[in-house]
Amino acid sequence: MTLVAVLGAGALLVGCTGSDDEAGAGTELTFFIFNEPSGAYQEAATKCSQESNGQYHITFEFLPASADAQREQLVRRLGAEDDTIDIVGMDIIWTAEFANAGFVEPWSDADAQAVTENVFDSVVESATYEDTLYAAPFTSNTQLLWYRKDRVQQPPRTWDEMIAEAERIGPAEGLIQVQANRYEGFTVLATAMIESAGAQILAGPTEVALEQAPTERALEVLGQFARSPVAPPDIDTSTEDTARLSFEAGGSSFMLNYPFVYPSASENAPDVFEQMGSALYPRIDADKPSRPPLGGIHLGVSAYSNNKDLTFEAIKCLVQPDNQITAATLGGLPPVREDLYGTKELDKAYPGFSDLIKRSIDNAAPRPLTPAYTDVSLAIQRSLHPPGDIDPQDVGSVYDDLYDAVDKAVQREGLF
Amino acid sequence: MEAGAAAGKLTKRTHSERRLGWLLCAPAVVAMLLVTAYPIGYAIVLSVQEVDLRFPEEGGWVGLSNYESVLTSGLWWQDLFNTLFITVISVALELALGMVIALIMYRAIFGRGIVRTAVLIPYGIVTVVAAFSWFYAFNPDTGFVNQLPLIADDKAWFGERFSSFAVIIMAEVWKTTPFMALLLLAGLTTIDDGLYEAAKVDGASAWQRFWRITLPLMKPAILVALLFRTLDAFRIFDTIFIMTRGAQDTESVSILGFNQLISRLNLGLGSAVSVLIFLCVLIIAYLFVRGLGVRMAEGRPGT
Repeated sequence: MTLVAVLGAGALLVGCTGSDDEAGAGTELTFFIFNEPSGAYQEAATKCSQESNGQYHITFEFLPASADAQREQLVRRLGAEDDTIDIVGMDIIWTAEFANAGFVEPWSDADAQAVTENVFDSVVESATYEDTLYAAPFTSNTQLLWYRKDRVQQPPRTWDEMIAEAERIGPAEGLIQVQANRYEGFTVLATAMIESAGAQILAGPTEVALEQAPTERALEVLGQFARSPVAPPDIDTSTEDTARLSFEAGGSSFMLNYPFVYPSASENAPDVFEQMGSALYPRIDADKPSRPPLGGIHLGVSAYSNNKDLTFEAIKCLVQPDNQITAATLGGLPPVREDLYGTKELDKAYPGFSDLIKRSIDNAAPRPLTPAYTDVSLAIQRSLHPPGDIDPQDVGSVYDDLYDAVDKAVQREGLF
Repeated sequence: MEAGAAAGKLTKRTHSERRLGWLLCAPAVVAMLLVTAYPIGYAIVLSVQEVDLRFPEEGGWVGLSNYESVLTSGLWWQDLFNTLFITVISVALELALGMVIALIMYRAIFGRGIVRTAVLIPYGIVTVVAAFSWFYAFNPDTGFVNQLPLIADDKAWFGERFSSFAVIIMAEVWKTTPFMALLLLAGLTTIDDGLYEAAKVDGASAWQRFWRITLPLMKPAILVALLFRTLDAFRIFDTIFIMTRGAQDTESVSILGFNQLISRLNLGLGSAVSVLIFLCVLIIAYLFVRGLGVRMAEGRPGT
């Protein structure tokens, strides 16, 4: 009985594989990327597979939603030289690490030129390591300041103005939503504030910058905000999603977050959506432009792929302008090409704020470019979390901790 | 003389029996060596090298310097303290609750099967799933806990160290108390009912019967249960990983090892942490087994 059942199951499996092969023609290329909910990536992949005239067809393996978890799965496979990955969907912060580890292939000058044409400088920089392009920019992202038009006359330009305005409204309706759980999102917040103050995290892959005066100024503002009554009660565990949910619930007047919150509010909280305004990321000092966070996805060719040439071809197709527009209109993911802003489609995807997104990406500061990025990020998180512990009157010791931790991180010493 | 001859004869027989025993065990021993000794050995080899997947060109033997980095880091000692704190509190609570549940299961007159099965359900749930349910229950956005009376609506449980510890320990206790109860129940069933009847005839109270008969006779079972649970609790990972990822100073040594190995891809440093965790587990096991041996000898009649 059992034997028959096993044989039957075997035949069924064989049957399945057979019919799968008929679905796509040509070499199968596997695309490892997070499961983008709108299906924009799948649409691009289907289109490219069709246009390849039977040369390849792209199949997906989905990674988890959080960047940390995506990276964990990818590095475990790449570290074991897994040849089932062809296209690597990379968060922009992994470029230096994956390049130095030899996980992804460098791009030839000709191909590099083709895939970086009209792409924002800040984005190209984040895909480059030691003057070589290691991944093709696909979709970008940046944080904006979202505010309630019914409670705020004019969007604040600086953190100080924002905190003052929120305190005037009061904590019942004036909370400022950010991401300050101890995870990558907190590094994003701290880095954006430090860079907006005019400092840099690193001067080179193994060299700390963190100029003292501006860094201390940023830490002061961070501590002041975290200790103010308008910091949300769950600030130490806040993420992109808890911030979005709290803002949609109505008790907040400000939020720093990615543009995905806009379509989300229109679906979940129409009343809040009506009153949602957007502005550039707040400055630290009134006279210095802010450096908003930069996010996004680059596409790399796995060093262990058996079909590297075809994978390069497939990526060149995936990053085509019309696929970027699809990603923007379906998934709200901002294009990496400057020339697409101002088109009809983009104005429809970001009603009234497509130019704002363009300026934000233009001014954005890439996070530190070093193969030891994870160490640097953990160092920032460990030395600055929880932000409420930063005494704005006395940031000297926190600054020293931060400097030492980042220095150890780039030297790759000690535990994090 | 006679005794000696008997011993010689026995030895011969024992010898061949032992050989057969080894032969029968050999496949299992080989499998164990492959799946446990090899990774442990490999971890030890990695721990004395500089190996970082992100820097494939660097590397080489570095002696004990990885261990030095770990042991001189305040983080290791902090995390070791956190781990011991969680271990001691959760195992103590599990022992007390487990004993109560074991007694109830033992005394249950009707529905014995249902009671025993129902109690085991939490232990059957995957740790990650259990951790997520507790996480969402205590999360201010999604949870019901903050809606309960006497609890502030905006209490951020995972925003502060001791409330985080409290939820982590509660989740651990909830999940593994059934296991503890089951081991204790096994110990309870070995006690001869006649002893209780004799004690009753002598006029011993219920408390005296528990304290003077149940506990002493269950000592070996209790120690085995404690050993299993302590070793298990010391390696706590899933619950903390889901709830705080080690934030608010709730990190355990296993999370520390994970951070070095998977997040930083620093295999040398991470292996050193893993080997140190292994040594801690060995020390705990040694202390328990020694304690266990001594007490078992004490309990034996005529010694």
